Amino acid sequence: MSDLGWIDGAITGARPQALAALLRYFRDLDTAEEAFQEAALRALGSWPRNGPPRDPAAWLILVGRNAALDGVRKTSRQVELPPDEILSDLDDAEAPLIERLDGAHYRDDVLRLLFICCHPDLPATQQIPLALRIVSGLTIPQIAKAFLIGEDAAEQRITRAKARIARADVPFEAPGPIERAERLGVVMAMVYLIFNEGYSAGAAERNALCDEAIRYARLLLRLFPAEPEAMGLAALMLLQHARLPARFDPSGELILLEDQDRALWDDRLTAEGLALLEKAMRHNRPGPYQVQAAIAATHARAARAEDTDWAGIDTLYAALERMQPSPVITLNRAVATAKHRGPQAALEMIAPLENRLSGYFYYFGVRGGLLRQLGRAAEARVAFDRAIALAGTPAEAAHIRLHLDALGKEGA
Amino acid sequence: MLYAILCYHDEQYAWSRPKEEEAAVMGGLAKVQEALIREGKLGPTLRLMPTTAATTLCKSKDLVLDGPFAETKEQLLGLYVVDVDNLEGALEVARRLAKANPGGSYELRPIAKFNPDPREAPTREVSVAE
Repeated sequence: MSDLGWIDGAITGARPQALAALLRYFRDLDTAEEAFQEAALRALGSWPRNGPPRDPAAWLILVGRNAALDGVRKTSRQVELPPDEILSDLDDAEAPLIERLDGAHYRDDVLRLLFICCHPDLPATQQIPLALRIVSGLTIPQIAKAFLIGEDAAEQRITRAKARIARADVPFEAPGPIERAERLGVVMAMVYLIFNEGYSAGAAERNALCDEAIRYARLLLRLFPAEPEAMGLAALMLLQHARLPARFDPSGELILLEDQDRALWDDRLTAEGLALLEKAMRHNRPGPYQVQAAIAATHARAARAEDTDWAGIDTLYAALERMQPSPVITLNRAVATAKHRGPQAALEMIAPLENRLSGYFYYFGVRGGLLRQLGRAAEARVAFDRAIALAGTPAEAAHIRLHLDALGKEGA
Repeated sequence: MLYAILCYHDEQYAWSRPKEEEAAVMGGLAKVQEALIREGKLGPTLRLMPTTAATTLCKSKDLVLDGPFAETKEQLLGLYVVDVDNLEGALEVARRLAKANPGGSYELRPIAKFNPDPREAPTREVSVAE
């Protein structure tokens, strides 16, 4: 059982590299996908009998390429395919192929494959489903489930995305260093978007998106082992995902960070996240993912919520504000400020944001909380009412209602 | 005679397999390890973090590189388990060792799970390494 499990896992694991190389070869997404699927089918037949190949990705690339070429020959001249045993005996052919594909080639191929999925012509609603279909190999029903949409709608998004890609210019030449760095930045943003798509959702099945995003981040790390922001992104997601077992109560309600049972946090993910962050910080090249990971790490290091180093988190948010000025970051910083400098300082910090965040649930939730702490109950109630009106999920609204209930009791 | 048994597999698979499968493999290993402990055959066991968490110190050049040791012309000779605060602490130890024994490399890999020698500290609770 575990052997078949491994074959399945190895095919999934090799998919990004193999599909990316096949895409470079055929320069067409559908042909590359068909070639990969054919190779995966043959792997399921051959690997249990002949044992797994040394490099599953190289095997799949070679077999996929040959199968696609044979397919062309077969339809044109009806030549018989060579038996699977011959295709499976790839030891001689494998070695030079591995050398050719090692290092830079794999790296640029996989980066291109991911980059195509976040092509600027594609809206975000199509980018992520396309990546999950192409890079992860998720099925249409799996994608539909992850996005809480119907299967027809999921299929349509992917078909449209593919059609746009086919029309768009896809750069197949190897990128220069600057272009490569830019592509990596765009791809990392998409990976974090996939993570957040799963993280912000309450439904358990969507957490698969978090696992998938972490898989991408590990893949990027293997391709760019010395890139501190790639380490930061992986660390950030691992540290956040570690809290999953504590984030929801049995009825599916969101539990706030400070109320979570920290014993439920996944130590293994936390430890890996902390190790990656340490590696990143040795480079002295801070970036937004590393700073956000450092914030998550500060929470992870606090055994109890009251042990949290809020001054440290305040400083980290200040650094993030400088790197990526945004009212949402200032708002997050204000939460840390309130914890160690008091609610008045935090309220002053967020006062200038009201115009820009007038449609933002979280702004009014924070404002209401600060006013409540200052004993300004009437103003707090106004802020909480606006927050409820802006709540995106029942859980968000329910959380604000708890505040309102508490206000009622305090007032009485 | 003491033997080290080194575990090799596809880490992409080992770190992303479905939770049920992970639990099944670990459960099977736990049974074997419990028996080995009763037979007095099991020493310390550990599970390493993935190679993406590794850092390599090239001893002769005192050069710190990200990622695992990748040179196939050199062979694994031994290993240390050290208890330090962080990566810097581990690097400090590695540099001290390198001074005494130059040449080659040290790969520093965080340990995901460490189970001490059950022959020295017998315990009812059995943890499982890969």
